[in-house]
Amino acid sequence: MAEKFLEIRGLHAAIDGKEILKGLDLQVNKGEIHVILGPNGSGKSTLMNLIMGHPKYEITAGSIAFEGEDLTTLKTYERARRGLFLSFQNPEEIPGITVENLLRTAKKSIDGENIKIMAFKKSLEKTMATLKMDESYASRYMNVGFSGGEKKRNEILQMMMINPKLAMLDETDSGLDVDAVQIVSAGVKHFHTKENSCLIITHNTKILEHLKVDHVHILMDGKIIKHGDAALIDEISENGFLHLK
Amino acid sequence: MDKKKTFVEDIERSLYDIKNEDRYSYKANQGLTEDIVRAISKEKNDPDWMLDFRLRSLEVYNNTALPSWGPALDELDMDHIVTYVRPDTTMKGDWKEVPEDIKNTFDRLGIPQAEKESLAGVGAQYDSEVVYHSIKEDLVKQGVVYTDMESALRDYESMVKEYFMQLVTPKDHKFVALHGAVWSGGSFVYVPPGVHVDIPLQSYFRLNSPGAGQFEHTLIIVDKEASLHFIEGCSAPKYNVTNLHAGCVELYVKEGARLRYSTIENWSRNMLNLNTKRALVDKDGLIEWVSGSFGSKISMLYPRSILRGEHARAEFTGVTFAAKGQTLDTGAAVIHAAPYTSSNISTRSISKDGGVVVYRGAIKVAPNAHHSKSSVNCESLMLDDISRSDTLPVMDILNDEVDIGHEAKIGRISDEAIFYLMSRGISEEEAKAMIVRGFVEPIAKELPLEYAVEMNNLVNLELEGTMG
Repeated sequence: MAEKFLEIRGLHAAIDGKEILKGLDLQVNKGEIHVILGPNGSGKSTLMNLIMGHPKYEITAGSIAFEGEDLTTLKTYERARRGLFLSFQNPEEIPGITVENLLRTAKKSIDGENIKIMAFKKSLEKTMATLKMDESYASRYMNVGFSGGEKKRNEILQMMMINPKLAMLDETDSGLDVDAVQIVSAGVKHFHTKENSCLIITHNTKILEHLKVDHVHILMDGKIIKHGDAALIDEISENGFLHLK
Repeated sequence: MDKKKTFVEDIERSLYDIKNEDRYSYKANQGLTEDIVRAISKEKNDPDWMLDFRLRSLEVYNNTALPSWGPALDELDMDHIVTYVRPDTTMKGDWKEVPEDIKNTFDRLGIPQAEKESLAGVGAQYDSEVVYHSIKEDLVKQGVVYTDMESALRDYESMVKEYFMQLVTPKDHKFVALHGAVWSGGSFVYVPPGVHVDIPLQSYFRLNSPGAGQFEHTLIIVDKEASLHFIEGCSAPKYNVTNLHAGCVELYVKEGARLRYSTIENWSRNMLNLNTKRALVDKDGLIEWVSGSFGSKISMLYPRSILRGEHARAEFTGVTFAAKGQTLDTGAAVIHAAPYTSSNISTRSISKDGGVVVYRGAIKVAPNAHHSKSSVNCESLMLDDISRSDTLPVMDILNDEVDIGHEAKIGRISDEAIFYLMSRGISEEEAKAMIVRGFVEPIAKELPLEYAVEMNNLVNLELEGTMG
């Protein structure tokens, strides 16, 4: 039987009193790749931020559990330490903190032990090479002066280095050129094993071409209105969302 | 729900707060009168011209009003300040001969250690006079002079007379007039043409006597094509009475010369720090200021660079950290007085627990200073809602063919940045500390190593009531 990772039941959530999620159910099992499609403003990013514990959003009803544990009372960093990861749609620029410093601190925080510097450096170099990132990026400040594509690659770099159980990718492919999409896609493929899961929000089906998508969900107006397999992606590409209303 | 409380720590002050017994061989009466000024001059064996200079300065002081801007200085009562305290020792060239409690003080501050490891010369001032001075033999052979001002006035009188308070004059404001009247102590440096002093010299100023003022004068002349890195450190233990620091620094950077002047000011919270620093830079010369202001109750400090030769340059890098009860009004000024001159000002300030930081800056470009460039970047971070930060830049540009840039940012720690770091498994407290450390990082890396370490210790974390 499939091992449950993420389990969301009847989730309602609001920001500044405005309800955005209106009774959402979702289950992601270990080893699966899920894709969420939906028009702008349907609540996709809200869902991911909520799973990660963004303080701006308020859960008004329902539950979120990860590996059977209630997530809603956990702080964001505790969720990350349980194995959750979010690749941000608009990654923050943080002056004075280098990519390497952030990764070292993150690894130490999540793995709870002192990391071996040489092994860490080697693994960082190798992962950056996979993503075709120049190694000079390791000593640059987080996302400061990075192009849109570089920021997204930096997110994937963190995902691969941290190696979470559940990686959530919020439009990681948006605003990227064809080559960059290929690199990001290859990174996700490299990362994904039957031991971990991906939850992907995208508008661009290119990123999915080399991935074996297990489930597709259509999110509209705060609810999942349709489930399906990979074939649903092509259907939406052709017909859009409107006919589903 | 358990509540986690976090804060960026204050500077660990216990090291600085160790007081010695107030011993002295001469101590002026409290207050500021002609008799007191004459007595100090006599005690110091001034030449006649210096006594005249002091008396003229006193007259200017008495006829000058307090500044009409900046922090309120109401609590300064000159009638209760002792302007001169000569420690009960003479200047030594061997730490073993320095009285034990004074030597221990400098030991704790790490001065003899730094001297062995990373300095080419050291001056250590205790209250009003320098108690220890050293310089490496090979520098002496190359003609480098590094000594206290009292000796300089005796041994290099003509040079002192030529430069002393010519760049900063008693008429500039009330506290330099005060300085001119009662100055004592400080360092004198002369680097001959073409000589490169590769290892820094450091002067440390320690004020031990309660209710006293420190008025050291630092005069540095870096001659043509020569170079020097000079480090200045200051501290004092905390008393319940007001102490006053009104030092004066005059830097002459000759044609093609380079001078880096680093200061770490860590005065106690009963100190009024009203300091004046200025550099005059000739053709192709470079002045680099590195300035850390952490202590004092009130600071007013705006090092000024006057670029009077073509292609002269000024770089200013500063960090200011104000906590509870502190108003640190700091900044920098540059006067572009020749064509092709350039300046670059970069500052970071942090305020917490109701502390107030002000960046006050001025850029002036003279009518003849075509093709000059200036870039100013000031950023401040307030760690809570009760702290304050202000930016007051003034630009006076009298030539059109110039390239001037100014960027100022005042902000708080971004919630989104904290969320981002937390999503990488980093705790909220560590996330905040990383952001603050990152904020000052571009400046911290310019500080002399031992001070950079101190700066990082500053941004340490404390957790309270973590697990409920």
